[in-house]
Amino acid sequence: MPTDAPSPPLIRARGLTKRFGSFTAVDAIDFDVAPGEAFGFLGPNGAGKTSTMRMIGCTSPASGGTLTVLDMDPATRGPEIRGHLGVVPQQDTLDEELTVRENLVIYGRYFGLSRAECGRRADELLEFAQLTERRDSRVEPLSGGMKRRLTIARALINEPDVMLLDEPTTGLDPQARHLLWDRLYRLKQRGVTLVLTTHYMDEAEQLCDRLVIMDKARIVAEGSPRQLIEQYSTREVAELRFPVGVQETLDGQLAGLADRIEHLPDRLLLYANDGEAVAVAVHDRGLRPETVLVRRSTLEDVFLRLTGRTLVE
Amino acid sequence: MSAPFDEPGNATRQSVLVRPVPPSALAAAGRVFEHRAYQYRRAFRGSLVTSFVNPTLFLLAMGLGLGSYVNARSPDAFHGVTYLQFLAPGLLAGAAMQVAIFESTFPVMIGLVWRRLFHAMYATPIGPRAVAVGTLAWIAFRLTLVTTVFMFVSTLFGAVVSPLGLLGIPAAVLTGLAFAGGMGAFMATRRTPEAFNAIFRWVITPLFLFSGTFFPVDSLPAAIQPIAWLSPLWHGVELARGAMLGTVLDDPPRALVHVAVLVGLVGIGGSLFVRNVHRKLAA
Repeated sequence: MPTDAPSPPLIRARGLTKRFGSFTAVDAIDFDVAPGEAFGFLGPNGAGKTSTMRMIGCTSPASGGTLTVLDMDPATRGPEIRGHLGVVPQQDTLDEELTVRENLVIYGRYFGLSRAECGRRADELLEFAQLTERRDSRVEPLSGGMKRRLTIARALINEPDVMLLDEPTTGLDPQARHLLWDRLYRLKQRGVTLVLTTHYMDEAEQLCDRLVIMDKARIVAEGSPRQLIEQYSTREVAELRFPVGVQETLDGQLAGLADRIEHLPDRLLLYANDGEAVAVAVHDRGLRPETVLVRRSTLEDVFLRLTGRTLVE
Repeated sequence: MSAPFDEPGNATRQSVLVRPVPPSALAAAGRVFEHRAYQYRRAFRGSLVTSFVNPTLFLLAMGLGLGSYVNARSPDAFHGVTYLQFLAPGLLAGAAMQVAIFESTFPVMIGLVWRRLFHAMYATPIGPRAVAVGTLAWIAFRLTLVTTVFMFVSTLFGAVVSPLGLLGIPAAVLTGLAFAGGMGAFMATRRTPEAFNAIFRWVITPLFLFSGTFFPVDSLPAAIQPIAWLSPLWHGVELARGAMLGTVLDDPPRALVHVAVLVGLVGIGGSLFVRNVHRKLAA
């Protein structure tokens, strides 16, 4: 998959595979990540996203294929590569016995930075993560969103070339998520390359310049959010919700109204370029859904089209 | 923010050139040690008090209390030294064993399972070997603190007969480390610390009681005396006792065998610890 970016890729994978015994977690995937872009792995839980991230992070050896990160081979130069990565794992791995600031300082020490330099960067990063007021408090009582921001600040202590973010906002409330997205967006503006996994399509749309959709250990599609929507979905969707039991009796009555119809357990999705027109046509046929929602297509629709399933099940 | 963040694009590849090199293997283990020191700062006072209180209570109750009874009944039972002088080195080595077992259980659970601190370290240039070696180095430091305080208290009780007594400290540290590697290696394979209680009950407590700690091994039935040789603690107790009573120079080859057994266990346990931490981190 060639990219539009002129510079050589920071990360390049060809036929990348990860097996655990007889289970294949990642099945021969190809991708490139260009400098400065925000690249996403979108897919449901168990699709192989975290295994892929751990291989990129040089903490899990590949079982097959080739992978280069920053022009280096993780198999032989793992520590060197890790020195240039900022890793935000799915679960927080903060030291809850230490203070907020100590967590940053001690982490910087692992990258070989002097204490003075660690302290200087820690203070800047606390500002960036909006945690300056909590700098001397213990980590344990912080909210989930604050811990997440601290984890991100910690991952920046070595001024990484690439940030690896595994499900960065999973488990956070909407306000905390938006605050986090804002911080990540700022990093992107500063030219930091972001690689993230998510099973939230809104997160992928907000943050990613380009993404691959993963399902069952394979990449099923690749492109920018807009390209993917254009390629695999229509511009709009009319969502119809019928009274309980009615949906199953509609056989054939909706035929020809939309380019494509998806039957979800609780509603019908009618894909068309003009959703309003579909809603009117449904009404004209004498059908009376309880609710009608016309919206633009999202990555969720792309995923549904490609896999026949919804992302968050 | 710092300069590299202010200019877009600066955080990409060219900055590779100006980064500090990853710490060397030894320095990397030193960083792990430093992390533990940060954690310990808050617990230091409480831990120091405990280090004083434990030997004081044991030496009072058993050394003086039980000892006055033992000494009165059989003044020559311990070849010219008091029961307290006989007991103190045994307690010293036993205390080192127990501290080592604790320190290689819960910090390993915290590192690999509970807070995954070892995983966080492994996301940096730090490798599994440095994680394991740094952890053992920290345990060695803790053991040195605990046994030094123990030695100080023992001296106040008059339990240190020989100027060689100070060698009891390295002897006890070595004893603790002989247990730490193996225990750490085992706990690195666990998802919960459940096994800890069983190990303490069925391994540590019997060793503590029957390794010549409270009474000489030769007062056990002759048939089971050789079993003492299998107890790492017995080797440690013998070494510490030889140092504190000044008898170590009476039979140097025997002392060297004790040292060799303990050093061997440190080597084997330490390697297994490195291997198991590596397996867990780099899956």
